[in-house]
Amino acid sequence: MSTNRALEGVGTFLDDRLHGARGIRIFLRKIFPDHWSFLLGEIALYSFIILLLTGTFLTLFFQPSMSTITYHGSYLPLEGVKMSRAYASTLNISFDVRGGLLMRQIHHWAADLFMAAIFAHMIRIFFTGAYRKPREVNWLIGIILFTLGLIEGLFGYSLPDDLLSGAGLRILEGVLQSIPIVGTYLAFFLFGGPFPGNDIVPRMYILHVLVIPGLILALITAHLFIMVFQKHTQMPGKGRTNQNVVGQPMYPYFMAKTGAYFFFIFGVLALAGALAQINPVWLYGPYNPVAMSAGSQPDFYMGMLEGALRVFPAWQWVVFGHTFAFNVFVPALVPLGLLFTGAAMWPFIEQWVTGDKREHHLLDRPRNAPTRTAIGIAVITAYGVLWAEGANDILADHFQISLYLTTQIAQVAVFVAPVLAYLITKRICLGLQRKDVHLLEHGVETGIIRQLPSGEFIEETAPVDDEARAVLESRTDYEPLPVIDEDSDVPAPGMRGALGKVRSRLYNVVTESVPLPAGNGHGQHEVEGNGHAAPAAVSGGPDDAPPAEGSEH
Amino acid sequence: MSDTNGPDEPARGDDLTAGPAASGEPDEGQARRRVIGTPAPAQARTLLPEGPGGPAPAVRELPADPEDLPGAKRAERAVAASFTISMLAGLGFIACYVIFRVHTVNNVFHSNLALGLTMALAFLALGVGAVIWVRRLMPNVELTEQRHELRSTPENKAAFKKTFEEGADASQFVKRPLIRRTLIAATVPVAIAPIFLLRDLGPLPEQSLDHTVWKRGTRLVLFGTNRPLTPADFNSPGSSVSVIPEGFADNDDALAKAATTLIKFAPGQLQKPTVLNWTVDDIVAYSKICTHLGCPAALYEQTTHHILCPCHQSTFDATRGAAVIFGPASRPLPQLPLMLNAEGFLVARSDYQEPVGPSFWERS
Repeated sequence: MSTNRALEGVGTFLDDRLHGARGIRIFLRKIFPDHWSFLLGEIALYSFIILLLTGTFLTLFFQPSMSTITYHGSYLPLEGVKMSRAYASTLNISFDVRGGLLMRQIHHWAADLFMAAIFAHMIRIFFTGAYRKPREVNWLIGIILFTLGLIEGLFGYSLPDDLLSGAGLRILEGVLQSIPIVGTYLAFFLFGGPFPGNDIVPRMYILHVLVIPGLILALITAHLFIMVFQKHTQMPGKGRTNQNVVGQPMYPYFMAKTGAYFFFIFGVLALAGALAQINPVWLYGPYNPVAMSAGSQPDFYMGMLEGALRVFPAWQWVVFGHTFAFNVFVPALVPLGLLFTGAAMWPFIEQWVTGDKREHHLLDRPRNAPTRTAIGIAVITAYGVLWAEGANDILADHFQISLYLTTQIAQVAVFVAPVLAYLITKRICLGLQRKDVHLLEHGVETGIIRQLPSGEFIEETAPVDDEARAVLESRTDYEPLPVIDEDSDVPAPGMRGALGKVRSRLYNVVTESVPLPAGNGHGQHEVEGNGHAAPAAVSGGPDDAPPAEGSEH
Repeated sequence: MSDTNGPDEPARGDDLTAGPAASGEPDEGQARRRVIGTPAPAQARTLLPEGPGGPAPAVRELPADPEDLPGAKRAERAVAASFTISMLAGLGFIACYVIFRVHTVNNVFHSNLALGLTMALAFLALGVGAVIWVRRLMPNVELTEQRHELRSTPENKAAFKKTFEEGADASQFVKRPLIRRTLIAATVPVAIAPIFLLRDLGPLPEQSLDHTVWKRGTRLVLFGTNRPLTPADFNSPGSSVSVIPEGFADNDDALAKAATTLIKFAPGQLQKPTVLNWTVDDIVAYSKICTHLGCPAALYEQTTHHILCPCHQSTFDATRGAAVIFGPASRPLPQLPLMLNAEGFLVARSDYQEPVGPSFWERS
């Protein structure tokens, strides 16, 4: 009772001043739909929080300075070696600060997990169509967050100024220099003169610990506010529509679950930091522009860029006394540029093609958007080829194949594999749709064989239950494009000319689906209670299939 | 946005007595029965008008007890056990921090293992406890919330338009183009000016990328030991060493361009386009800086005489002027002209005759 009175007192005090009762009560009852894939974004969020915590610890000891000192620390193999203060303080964090190595390793693992979770989250959003109106803005914010994460990660692992990270910076310098017209200026401004100079570590440091995390934090805040404001999407299911949200309330359910989830992620990262060594900079040695080790690899999220640089042919032009280093700036800028631009434009392209300007809160099952799913898989395949090529020396070594062959395979695969992936994925999606239609039409096999008086054997099927039916029938039904203007009998605006033709062709591709059986429209179909569905009839296709009403026989 | 908002009438038994509209007397009996901080009763969440008989009886949206009450006791113990394990692990973490020393590689690894495992256990046990709590102890409910289209009502839009236009009119911004134009004219340079502040981030490249610190007579010294070299140091063909210009061992800016590979060949192995005049005693010097992206092209395969860059696998044929035979590099590694000085040491005949390292715009 006294606890209640105290809580009441605090609540009254705050509410008299801040007026929170109504808004916070609504927030406490905010509904969170459940699906495992909704947790991917949360992994990214919590990894980021862990990055902030561990990163702050590291800043207490790290010295972002490139001035040279002679090492006299605990790590004896480097005793007396000249190195930058940045590298020496990283050794100090690892060997002389209790828990320092753990924090370093958790920080690095958390960065990898952060990027991996963003990848996975983005893929989930794409395949379920969660980016559709009204969530395009959050999709764009997500793409910016992804880009910032890449840069943040690159700067982060470059800070210790070890041999491996120095090589990474050298590549960055080379890429900048290759950019036509402004390249050398960019490189000299970033490095404060010729490579490596004395400025790059302190400059990256302030970007890494303040500017970029600040931007990421601000954008995450916007991302979450918009998400709360727009409410969550949900997977299709019984009673779930575009007009409602079904799930468990924030308080106490989601609070407890998400708290547990945070602890799991922190726990797993602590486990990784304890058991799995990552970035042992003491083994690499301090940066030296003369030395390099074989098998150099960037962190995984840079693998695609690395692969693009490896796979691109050695094309270069010298025209009018200027060098166009296509072999560098094209692979460095174009693949990622295409990926981000394409991803950013896709929601709007899809809207234009389908003419669909409605709000979508009910998610698509990937199979129910065969073209979108196929495009997504094709892009992931192209990305994957380049990513694997980024480790081609390791692959060649492990699988005992020629190093050059791996590159030649990648040069072909990067064009061929996505096309194959598109075609195969689309076929799989349409096949799965046919399976769904079959289930709706003929029900679930019960395993009961019955002999009819005529002597014929039939297999009994049971209609799918309501929950499954709601899932199977969930489709985004696109309105046909307004081909002919109703008033004037001429092609409607937006459908004229070559662009109009392209649009109507694309419409047919993008909306291609196996039609649902007739009579299975949303909400108009009631399952019969007699437990008998139509006997399994062989039908030529969904188009000529009889309606799946159970009263057929 | 949401229609889960309860109306503000306190007579509904809204338990959040801190509510701003707590003007009336809340139902004392009900307020006492309910726990402060629990959500509002269900009927407060509907949009239905109140019945004529006053407030309807409160209906719980969230049941107070789980379905499986007997099982709850077991679940409660499991949760408590998890939390206890977490607590012990947290204490263990502190103990490990105190007990385990660092300062040697082995100690650090042991400390890392102890701290990491106790920390992981503390977090994971917390997570496990919380999950059992939610899944076994909290009653399983699903609620439905209605959505509304995000777009504003026409009235709100019209009101916004009116407000905006009134403000624009009152500001005189539209009516007085002189102010408008001069304001725009003022903001452009003010916005551009900060970019100029970035100019001193670094010097201009000028010709600095075209040259290295190698000069006529600079001795080649072994990277690492800084020992000058004579042809007699290479007693057998096939070996390759990294050399730097004497006196620049601590100058990374210089080494980033001047690093050089020295390879000794058997007589007759070197062919065009290697400049044979620039070799001494079948010893040839190539830039170590890869012409692709500047990594040290550090791998040399004796049997094939291939120089391989470990970063992107550009491969150069050392017998033929370091011509590219595979990979993304588009130019051979530049050759450093060599000669012997009066004392018989290997020295540079001149600087590289072309810029070393990756391509850049001004390179012709």
